[in-house]
Amino acid sequence: MGAIQATPAAGEALAPNDLLQMLYYMRLQRAVEDRGVKLYYQGRIPGAYFTGWGHEAIAVGATYALGPRDLLAPMHRDLAAYIMRGIPVRRVFAQFLDREGGLTRGRDGNIHMGDPRLGIFPFISHMAASLPVAAGMALACRQRGEDRVVLTFFGDGASSTGAWHEGVNFAAVLRLPVVLVLENNQYAYSTPLNRQTACRAFVDKAVGYGIPGVAVDGNDILAVYRAARDAVGRARGGGGPSLIECTTMRVRGHSEADRYAYVPKALLEQWEARDPITLFERRLRAEGHLTPEADRAMQERIAAEIEEGLAWAEASPEPAADSVAEGVYAEDGDE
Amino acid sequence: MPEMTYLEAIRDGLREAMRHDPRVFVIGEDIGTHGGAFGITQGFLEEFGAERVIDAPLAEAANVGAGIGAAVMGMRPVVELQFADFVTDAFTQVVNVAAKFHWRTGAALPLVLRMPYGGDVKGGPFHSQCMEAWFVHTPGLKVVAPAFPEDAKGLLLAAIRDPNPVMYFEHKHLYRYQRAEVPTGEYLTPIGRARVVRDGTSLSVFSYGWMLHKCLAAADAIGGDGIAPEVIDLRSLAPLDREAILASVRKTGKALIVHEANRTGGVGGEIAALIGEEAFDSLDGPVVRLASEDTPVPHSPVLEAAFQPQIPEIADAIRRLAAY
Repeated sequence: MGAIQATPAAGEALAPNDLLQMLYYMRLQRAVEDRGVKLYYQGRIPGAYFTGWGHEAIAVGATYALGPRDLLAPMHRDLAAYIMRGIPVRRVFAQFLDREGGLTRGRDGNIHMGDPRLGIFPFISHMAASLPVAAGMALACRQRGEDRVVLTFFGDGASSTGAWHEGVNFAAVLRLPVVLVLENNQYAYSTPLNRQTACRAFVDKAVGYGIPGVAVDGNDILAVYRAARDAVGRARGGGGPSLIECTTMRVRGHSEADRYAYVPKALLEQWEARDPITLFERRLRAEGHLTPEADRAMQERIAAEIEEGLAWAEASPEPAADSVAEGVYAEDGDE
Repeated sequence: MPEMTYLEAIRDGLREAMRHDPRVFVIGEDIGTHGGAFGITQGFLEEFGAERVIDAPLAEAANVGAGIGAAVMGMRPVVELQFADFVTDAFTQVVNVAAKFHWRTGAALPLVLRMPYGGDVKGGPFHSQCMEAWFVHTPGLKVVAPAFPEDAKGLLLAAIRDPNPVMYFEHKHLYRYQRAEVPTGEYLTPIGRARVVRDGTSLSVFSYGWMLHKCLAAADAIGGDGIAPEVIDLRSLAPLDREAILASVRKTGKALIVHEANRTGGVGGEIAALIGEEAFDSLDGPVVRLASEDTPVPHSPVLEAAFQPQIPEIADAIRRLAAY
């Protein structure tokens, strides 16, 4: 067990179309969040606003490794994962705006959303709370003889919580088909890594649970994809959970209200020069997969989706005030 | 009808559910090979196998969280907390993940947490607590607390069928307290419905769990003094059976509430407020509460006896209120 290095690209099964699709989802997350930031500063988004700026390679790379019936328990920096598993952009915007058309119909806000019918468990504010739940989702699949895998994301800070340790241990002991993706983005709000762990690297924690762990460059989408693909395959084959530490950098504040003066400028500049979308674009251009025409078509498609989605969300009504007491309990017969 | 203890009735209900619904499974600490700290799941591992009777690590947040995840997938998990006291380690999972799930998503979360609770078992401050009010105060949870073997089975089966997370408080002191007739097969006690256990006209006595039996004993002790207490087993604490509470008070004009949980912030305060708001015109006396002291549960039997409401004290309260 213990930390193993991600294997190089050998045997990769990604077609050029897959590569462009991955870039599309990374760009789409960035574009939705870019518009979200503007809406936030215009005062049109109630409450806090969080982005996954710089985390796109992790969200897309790992989620791309899932099969059609697999399940997801994401967090707040993985917007593309939600969209890739079936949540439409228009409902994301309606969620940001607290509208009836949002996933939680104004009951919860920002990226606290999911859709159990799509196999996406809704994230809550308590870090790593979804991890034991992901284990239970995987347990249910195994009990029913379904070879589905659950992918869950969490941050470096989350790995300090009791829920994280209990959840990882539970999944390991029961050898459940779960893939654990740790997004090490250097800071948990303002708390740096050395106040979060005494380990050399978060991936070292895998040893303590008897599961394989691998550390990858979280800004290299293909490295993330390969590690996730291996972990998904191992989980589906009965090999139990794996931990993947993806190192990246949170290049904006914890939320948009956070000025993040505590982050050294040099560190930010170093990571901004390694923007995961730019890195991938460069590679795809160099390999001839991203032609100027394909590039323009993709950008136009995304721009249209943003406009259409936001228009739909803005046309969606505010939740009715007299519905405030509704929906606390499910009724008999509800699924 | 066979006679069973409360403990046997829980086991019978659980087995019934697992035999008839492949979605139902149990998970908890020491419940498989050992059959559970109290023996509720004895024989289950042999009958249902290790994928439906899951010996879990010592980790309440993980075990409850896993139950939530399985429920999200359409299973019907029953999570055994070895002692209800240990639910504190799973608090986020219960009140933030489970309780708010339907409200946020519109989807069902058919989860049951079995909560062996209560005192008079010489368990002390960490094996005797009555923490039902914490969960009554949490929208999205249902809370039930049977007092009799029949309801122990009926409420468990109703909880397993319910599309919401249900906190099933089973009182440890009642496990072997009595044997009584329990219907065979799938027997349901509706959640949210109280039961008049003893008809009366002088005053209404509201209780649940172990204290309900003390109230009945107190009512028996008084018999012959011309006082006829009506004793009501609440059975469900969330939702409360508001109609049954108000109907009884409107009939008797007086209310005594008895619970084992600490007085302050207990369910009794909520019942008193309900009566004050909705049945004020029917009242012929003050609404009286008897509850345990506002202290942790003491370990010494001497102290615990002083801590809990006792039969003579309940009988006194009944007499005083009847004479008011």
